[in-house]
Amino acid sequence: MSTVDLHRAWPAPTLARVPYWAYQDEDNYRAELRRIFEGPVWNYVCLEADVARPGDYRTTFVGEMPVIVVRGADGAIHAFENRCAHRGALIALDDAGSVRRFQCVYHAWTYDLEGTLIGVAFEKGSHGRGGMPPEFCKAEHGPRKLRTATLCGLVFASLSGEAPAIDTYLGEDVRGRLARVLRRPVEVLGRFTQALPNNWKLYVENVKDTYHASLLHAFFATFRVTRLTQGGGVTVSPDGGHHASTTIDRPGDAESAAYREQDLRSDRDGYRLADPSILDAVDEFGDGIKLQILTVFPNFVLQQIYNSLAVRQVLPRGPGAMELHWTYLGFVDDTPEMRQRRLRQANLVGPAGYVSMEDGCVGGFVQRGAAAAPDALSVVNMGGDGAESQPTRATEASVRGFWKAYRRYMGY
Amino acid sequence: MAATDLSAADLLPLVSQLNAEYARAIDDDRLEDWPGFFVERCVYKITSADNHRKGLPVGVIYADSRGMLHDRVAALREANIYERQSYRHLVGLPAIRGEDDAAVRAETPFLVVRIMRDGRMDLFATGRYLDTLVEDAGALRFRERIVVCDSSRIDTLLAIPL
Repeated sequence: MSTVDLHRAWPAPTLARVPYWAYQDEDNYRAELRRIFEGPVWNYVCLEADVARPGDYRTTFVGEMPVIVVRGADGAIHAFENRCAHRGALIALDDAGSVRRFQCVYHAWTYDLEGTLIGVAFEKGSHGRGGMPPEFCKAEHGPRKLRTATLCGLVFASLSGEAPAIDTYLGEDVRGRLARVLRRPVEVLGRFTQALPNNWKLYVENVKDTYHASLLHAFFATFRVTRLTQGGGVTVSPDGGHHASTTIDRPGDAESAAYREQDLRSDRDGYRLADPSILDAVDEFGDGIKLQILTVFPNFVLQQIYNSLAVRQVLPRGPGAMELHWTYLGFVDDTPEMRQRRLRQANLVGPAGYVSMEDGCVGGFVQRGAAAAPDALSVVNMGGDGAESQPTRATEASVRGFWKAYRRYMGY
Repeated sequence: MAATDLSAADLLPLVSQLNAEYARAIDDDRLEDWPGFFVERCVYKITSADNHRKGLPVGVIYADSRGMLHDRVAALREANIYERQSYRHLVGLPAIRGEDDAAVRAETPFLVVRIMRDGRMDLFATGRYLDTLVEDAGALRFRERIVVCDSSRIDTLLAIPL
């Protein structure tokens, strides 16, 4: 368990209030790395397709801990800390590659594909001199190994023996929502990293926050991509940590005057696309769901916006910074027309996305706005104060679900 | 005389001038002029060197028509929210890479500083333009401009085009 001594107490029992120090406090941040990311959770680390063949590896992070994810000779996927047992140097330096074994560049200590130390250069010394003491046992040294689990082509890793099986961890409803999209082998269409000037939780909350989508993102509302007056709802896992929100067209919504009557900025008349091909979507999953956003606690997002598919990995980088790793996806069996459609619709998302650009800066607005108010409380009250699934998106239920899970892991 | 009839030495000042006007339009916040640098059926894409090298097709911005470029500008003006910011492009000398199919190919390095409303200046992007240029209604225009950023990492958001 954590050695960090938390001097803060959570200010209120309700899930509908969050203190701003939770986004600012250095000690709290250090505790999050230990208790959440390195604790009994499943961190998304990569796609199965990234490590397709034995020896294929990818480097990534669990919280701030560098890890190597690799397909072993036995076909199983292994993960271990990217830290040499000798002097702590990174073992693998590239984002990805294919190897038969890993060798640290510093002093050539060698590891097999499971992260087990198998070779120490000059272990017996040279000409009978030097070398490691005879009692040195390689089996007692090595980087920390993580458990791995795969689901629908995704690879998750956990440092803790206490994380339940991934199916149990997600719960039936969210697992079903994941399988709804990732039902065929995927192909990577590209990757980008977005550096965000805010605490990692502000981004995760933003993704879970169905209330903001059509208010902050005017592009959405104007073109009826998603509006709170459309159908759909929010599914929250029993433990609160995971969610899936969906949007379904509801007949007559296009004529709804709810936005105009409230004088909301996001409803603009007369805004029309010169080339509407970007909105030429097909119902590829056959269920009428136009958008689905899904999160897995603590660091994973799966996005289906029309036919734009992507996974996003949230990586903390200190109390006030984070990285968002975007991997855009198609299916291996996509037609050329579908591939082109996905490339066009990729304009909707990502660092320059018509409906996601604002998410890149709004977390920073909170980080800066609340800079002098660590003990003030954020209000998360839309739709009540519970964290249960709700048949509407005019709610902050899934954000409260996040805090429910967060406080349990953190001991608040 | 068609652009493709000109030698590389003759093309160099023409492509340089086009690049200079392109950068001025963006840096002077005349984004409405930006689509005019492209032909009607064009490709404009912002990607990273890593994606480009691996042949991964997705772009941070991807347009396969001039209409989509107009839409990008309209969205920036009317819909999208981002803090006031501007760019300063420094565009290097184009390397004329050849001519075929009545088109000129050029590669040009660039550097973009982003200036935020509070005065903060950051080196926002470096990279190269991979261009295919054609003569269109008496002017040299981009049929394709692939913006290959050296880094895959984008700070906060990319609103204004590169």
